[in-house]
Amino acid sequence: MINLTIDGKQVQAESGMTILQAAKANGIEIPTFCYDPALSKAGACRICVVEVEGARLLAAACVAPIYEGMVVHTNSEKVQKSRRINLELLWANHNQDCLTCEKAGECKLQELCYKYGVTESRFEGKKRNLPIFDDNPFYIRDYNKCINCGKCIRACQEIQINETYDFVDRGFNTHPDTAYRVDLMAKESPCVFCGNCVAVCPTGALTSKINRGTFRTWEVEKKVKTTCTYCGCGCGLELNVIGNKVVRVTPDLSGTTPNEHGALCTKGRFGFDFINREDRLTNPLIKENGKFRKASWEEALDLIASKLKGIADVNGGNSLMFLSSARTTNEENYLMQKLSRAVFKTNNVDHCARL
Amino acid sequence: MGCCQPIDKVTAIVEQYKGEKGALIPVLHAVQKELGYLPKDALETIAAGLNIPASEVYGTTTFYTLFSTKEKAENIIRVCESGPCHVSGYQKVLEAIKEELNIEVGEATEDKKFYLEMTACLGVCAEAPAIMINDKTYVNLTPEKVKALLASF
Amino acid sequence: MNYIETDGVKIVLRNFGKIDPLKVEEYVARGGYESLKKALTAMTPEAVIEEVKASGLRGRGGAGFPTGLKWSFTKKDADQKYIVCNADEGEPGTAKDRLIMTGDPHGLIEGMAIAGYAIGATKGFIYCRGEYTTSINTLNHAINQARENGFLGENLFGTDFTFNLEVRSGAGAYVCGEETALIESIEGHRGMPRFKPPFPGGAGLWGKPTVVNNVETLANVPVILDKGADWYKSIGTEKSAGTKIFILCGNLRNTGALELPFGMTVREVMETYGGGLLTGRDLQMVHLGGAASGIMPPALIDTPLTYEDLQAVGQGLGSGVILAIDDQKDFMSYICSNTHFFEHESCGKCTPCREGTARINEILHRIAAGDGTLEDLDNLKDLGEMMQISALCGLGQAAPTPVLTSLEHFMDKYVEAVSGKKNEVNEEAVATEAIHKSYYEAAPIKLD
Ligand SMILES: Cc1cc2nc3c(=O)[nH]c(=O)nc-3n(C[C@H](O)[C@H](O)[C@H](O)COP(=O)(O)O)c2cc1C
Ligand code: SF4
Ligand code: SF4
Ligand code: SF4
Repeated sequence: MINLTIDGKQVQAESGMTILQAAKANGIEIPTFCYDPALSKAGACRICVVEVEGARLLAAACVAPIYEGMVVHTNSEKVQKSRRINLELLWANHNQDCLTCEKAGECKLQELCYKYGVTESRFEGKKRNLPIFDDNPFYIRDYNKCINCGKCIRACQEIQINETYDFVDRGFNTHPDTAYRVDLMAKESPCVFCGNCVAVCPTGALTSKINRGTFRTWEVEKKVKTTCTYCGCGCGLELNVIGNKVVRVTPDLSGTTPNEHGALCTKGRFGFDFINREDRLTNPLIKENGKFRKASWEEALDLIASKLKGIADVNGGNSLMFLSSARTTNEENYLMQKLSRAVFKTNNVDHCARL
Repeated sequence: MGCCQPIDKVTAIVEQYKGEKGALIPVLHAVQKELGYLPKDALETIAAGLNIPASEVYGTTTFYTLFSTKEKAENIIRVCESGPCHVSGYQKVLEAIKEELNIEVGEATEDKKFYLEMTACLGVCAEAPAIMINDKTYVNLTPEKVKALLASF
Repeated sequence: MNYIETDGVKIVLRNFGKIDPLKVEEYVARGGYESLKKALTAMTPEAVIEEVKASGLRGRGGAGFPTGLKWSFTKKDADQKYIVCNADEGEPGTAKDRLIMTGDPHGLIEGMAIAGYAIGATKGFIYCRGEYTTSINTLNHAINQARENGFLGENLFGTDFTFNLEVRSGAGAYVCGEETALIESIEGHRGMPRFKPPFPGGAGLWGKPTVVNNVETLANVPVILDKGADWYKSIGTEKSAGTKIFILCGNLRNTGALELPFGMTVREVMETYGGGLLTGRDLQMVHLGGAASGIMPPALIDTPLTYEDLQAVGQGLGSGVILAIDDQKDFMSYICSNTHFFEHESCGKCTPCREGTARINEILHRIAAGDGTLEDLDNLKDLGEMMQISALCGLGQAAPTPVLTSLEHFMDKYVEAVSGKKNEVNEEAVATEAIHKSYYEAAPIKLD
């Protein structure tokens, strides 16, 4: 254990920890942009700078290791001034359309500007001025809102292992982009639209297209934890609900689900619009004289049971075939094969999870 | 090598460096020397051959000013604009080049003979102003001297 | 490159002009590779480090870190270590390393082999800037000759020490002179600096312990082993031992590079070797040390050229550039050319430098065009001071230095420029701005 002083408080922290980790473990929050516990470290955004007594430079808390006897000030005058100028610099090079930005309410830049009282920038001037890339069905890239934290690049490289992006160009012109700057749907682009980059983006630079413009982030009434039904991985999801409608899906970050770091695939993250589709079946239908009619569950289940039993009694269980769906839960699928094997004594059971 | 397609030359270069640590930048240099610039299909061949993600190959290429993904011209003129050349009057030399070739910075002459760009320090500061044409540095320039120099190409 | 001959002692340029750099035998005839032999056959690695420590040699790449100490910090146990020579020489005004590489390449190779032995590295890289094609060719030629003559390769001088050397070419990025960006570049990546710690001595090239030293630093090493630390320490001053290559450039009668013991004043060097300014001109300022160092007002030119004296007056030796600027040159336009350089060379990784260098440059151009305000001056100071302590690497930390030091010493010029006297628009400033502007417009922003 290492003894150090943070903001006048004598604290202990494990050796090998960074200032950020030691502070967090002792209930002191330090703001970050480019840091994400799931990703490799960049130390690039410099918003987490803190003052270490005896050091000429401010230290980036996310990467600076602690040492015995260290005295740290996470919110001194000098630190606040540096963070404020940092925010002014980002704000000056930002497409400042918070009013209609999808990210408003959850944007890290907005949050910190609010916290540090940055209402305008003294450094307004030229802007990055790139086109907005709306080149696929899932998400939009507006690098005029990008703060170059690099998390999207690392998320794709380290979580999705897909290496769609890297920084291109240099200096003021630096920004993430695809190889050869191709569209995401181009054959050269390896993007699988998992959206893990969108999930880590702290600003409105990467935003989902699903239900875009129909709700504000703060209108989400509840987040219902559930398990993704698309495949057997069992990723934890949170269905973001307004009224009776799922407006988006975010990952369950509790750390108790198989999808570590909240990684999801394109289906789990973006494929939920069927829930509220008008043409979705919500009642059982029974076909009579070539036409479907609505039925109650009791009636439908009775009909199925009697038909299955009738066929099995006459031709044996092997005359039946059971096919279940990936859109149902694992428990339901388990029950389906139980029904097939234990009740009808047949191994004719399969599943559609071959998407 | 006995090959005639540019892309075969790229493949040959990649083969030569394969397995070497940190091969990307030497390969980019060698390919650019061969082709004059780094077209997309060359970068694709390099990425596949060295087993480096295309995004990284492209991102690295765009970081360095000596690499170009655009075809520029037969001869590339780089005019130094750093401090010593500044106080020694590179501006007049630049004007003379622009006038002589009738191009602006970042442009090629119509016949694709010259491309004009700026550069940071060339390391010959005691003999400023200086320019570089292709691999060679020329020093102590005046508008007259640079015009004569261009005429020799 | 102009070389200015002096009477004094020469160390790194001892062979310059006296031997054919392409002939190893001429280097050997002047005692070449004797120090390497001595180190390998008669000294332990620790003894070599002690000797270099005792000599007082400090890094010539700009930061002036004690070389022996740096070597002793290298992590001891590792299956592979590297010695890397920083030959990126990108600091505007700096034209010294190329003299060594083209004039006496074996001096550098010998220094690297000794350094490799001292820290336990069997492999070395020389990272040379891509524009220096002659240096690269000369070095490659010299390395081949050294290998053929048993000065590089396996079992050198019959010992079990093996050392190989490879030249890598940069590709046009000043930031790659920063040691961790240089390492990234050798690995084949974008030259974006790493955060420290870990320092290269702990985890550098491919994660292995690595020492990065400047060309001039390494070229001193054979002479230190040959003549001894005491001899070396007797040259220069107490805290700045040995000699330094200075580069005289700008508005002087004579310009060129020369090797001098530390300790002469800026004025003495400019007058004795630079021949002073042209008749009828007055000195406006000296940009001392390179683009990333401070602007020196005429009042300070009697400061001796040593690490300690310059530090005491808030200046720096940097890489040894003495750029004299006379009163005929437009002040603002010079500062603009400097701020433009840093915007262009920022790697773009960290916010303070990526955005800050661009804003400083923008504000300076605004001031030069007569559109500046007094608040702009405060904003420059705020932003510059923030970058000094918050940027990730030395580039962003040092980039505001010329602006901040000139604000300190030439406030009157700034105030004059922002006080609304727009009628006297300076032609030079306008021309410079036009050049810079066309440059940005030509910069590749999107779609090749
Ligand atoms: C932006 C930047 C550029 C640098 N350029 C060079 C360079 O061109 N050559 C060099 O030797 N050191 C350069 N340095 C210093 C190196 O980071 C490093 O300190 C030096 O190579 C160490 O060698 P030394 O101890 O022998 O001086 C640069 C530093 C920075 C921050
Ligand atoms: S959607 Fe997934 S695959 Fe596509 S760029 Fe983002 S992280 Fe990479
Ligand atoms: S797009 Fe978002 S995640 Fe990616 S670098 Fe920009 S701000 Fe960061
Ligand atoms: S200070 Fe500048 S050069 Fe250094 S890491 Fe930051 S952006 Fe890059």
